[in-house]
Amino acid sequence: MYPAPFSYVRVASVAEALAALAEHPDGRFLAGGHSLLPALKLRLAEPAVLIDIGRVAELQGITQVGSTLRIGSLATHDQVASSDTVCAGARLLAEACAKVGDAAVRNWGTLGGNLAHADPASDPPPALVAAGARLELQSSVGQRWVAADQFFSDLFLTALASDEIITAVEVPAAGARTGSAYLKHPHPASGYAVCGAAAVVTLDGAGRCESARLAIGGVGPVPVAIDLAALSGEVPEQAGVDAALADIEIADPLSDPYASADYRIRLARVLGRRAMLLAAQRAVA
Amino acid sequence: MPESITISVTVNSRRYERAVEPRTLLIHFLRDALGLTGSHVGCETSLCGACTVLVDGAATKACTLLAAQADGRAVTTIEGLAQDGALHPVQEQLWHHHGVQCGYCTSGMVLAAVALLEREPSPTDAQIRAGLKGNLCRCTGYANIVDAVHAAAAALAAR
Repeated sequence: MYPAPFSYVRVASVAEALAALAEHPDGRFLAGGHSLLPALKLRLAEPAVLIDIGRVAELQGITQVGSTLRIGSLATHDQVASSDTVCAGARLLAEACAKVGDAAVRNWGTLGGNLAHADPASDPPPALVAAGARLELQSSVGQRWVAADQFFSDLFLTALASDEIITAVEVPAAGARTGSAYLKHPHPASGYAVCGAAAVVTLDGAGRCESARLAIGGVGPVPVAIDLAALSGEVPEQAGVDAALADIEIADPLSDPYASADYRIRLARVLGRRAMLLAAQRAVA
Repeated sequence: MPESITISVTVNSRRYERAVEPRTLLIHFLRDALGLTGSHVGCETSLCGACTVLVDGAATKACTLLAAQADGRAVTTIEGLAQDGALHPVQEQLWHHHGVQCGYCTSGMVLAAVALLEREPSPTDAQIRAGLKGNLCRCTGYANIVDAVHAAAAALAAR
C-alpha cells in the first residue's frame, strides 16, 4: 500500500519549515507521521510535498518554567507519558498519552501532530482542555496562542491557519491540593477512545471543591468542557458528581454500530464521574 | 522517472546507501531494496505489528515510517538479532515455550519483546501484555508468548 507520489523536503528549523510551507502551499508537515502516513496510504490525503520537521531541535523537549509546563510539539507520546515533569505537573496528560495506540506508535507519534490531526477519538485533546492548556502557533508573521478548548473546530479541523505550525503546548502545572486523571473506554478493535474523560480537581483545606474541570473526548466531534459549577464548594462524592453530570449536553454526538450516541453520553457520565472522583482522591493524597 | 532521494541507513550494523522514491516505506526498503524479508507486511495500517523493527533502539512499525525518516539512523531487524549463530534469548524462549505457530507475527513480536525487555528488564505479566499490545498473534492466544518473555527476561538477567 503506497502513498501517491510526493516530493520530500527535510528542514532543520522552524524558520526553514515556514519558508518551505510558503514555497509549497500544498505541502504538509511530517512529524512522526503516525496519523499522516496512514491517511496518505489510504489516499485520504495527497499532498504534493511532505516537509519533514521530525528533526527540528527547537520543537523538542519538555521543560517547566515557573508553574507552566512547556512541551515541544515534537515530543512523542512516549516522551510525554514517561516525563517526570509531566507526571508531576499534569498527570492526566501523561495518562492520556500513555493510552494512545501502542508502544511502537507512541515512539513516533507526536503531541503536536496529534493535535493538528484532531481526531475526535484521540486521548490528549480532552486532557489538554481539562488542564486549561494553550497551543503556541507560529507563522512567518509572528506567534499566537490558542486555548485548547478553542483549538478544535470540528472533526479533523482546527484553528491552525494554513501558514502556521504548532511549536509547543503550554500546560499550567497542578498546584497544591490539585489532582487529575484521564480515563478511557477504548474501542475493542481500534483502541481509539469511544469515550475519554479528563478531570482536574482542586480542593480547599476542608476537602471541598475549589475548582473542578472535566472534558470529554470521543463523544462529540471535538473535546467538550463540561460545566461543573454545581460542584463548587461541595465535597466531591458520587451522588453529587452524578447529579452534576446528569444532564450532560454534548452537541452532535458521534454514533456508529459499536456505540450509539446515547451509549456514548452514558459512558461520558460514568467515566466523567470516575475521573472526577479519582482526581479528587489524588488531590488529597 | 519518479523523483528519488538518497538515504543512508545502518541496518544490522551494516551501512546501506540507496536512492529511493520519497514515498518508499521503511518496510519496503528493508524487504525490497535490501532483501531482508524477515520483517513481514501484515495489516499495513500500524495495527498488527508484523513489520516491527527497532529504529535507534525504539520499537517501530516499519509500515508507518518513510525510509527517509530512517535516514542516518540505525535499524535492527530479525536478521540482526542472532549473534555468532546463537539465537537471542527472546527467540530461544519463544521456541522453547511454543510461542510460535504460523510464524507470521513472530519477527515483529520478537523485536517488540526485545524493546520491552530493554526498557523493563523484569516485567510483570501486565507489563508484557501492555508492551506487546501492538503485536497481534492469531494463533497462540498469547499465553505462551508471555511465558517466553518472562523466560527471556530471566535468561538475560542471568547473563
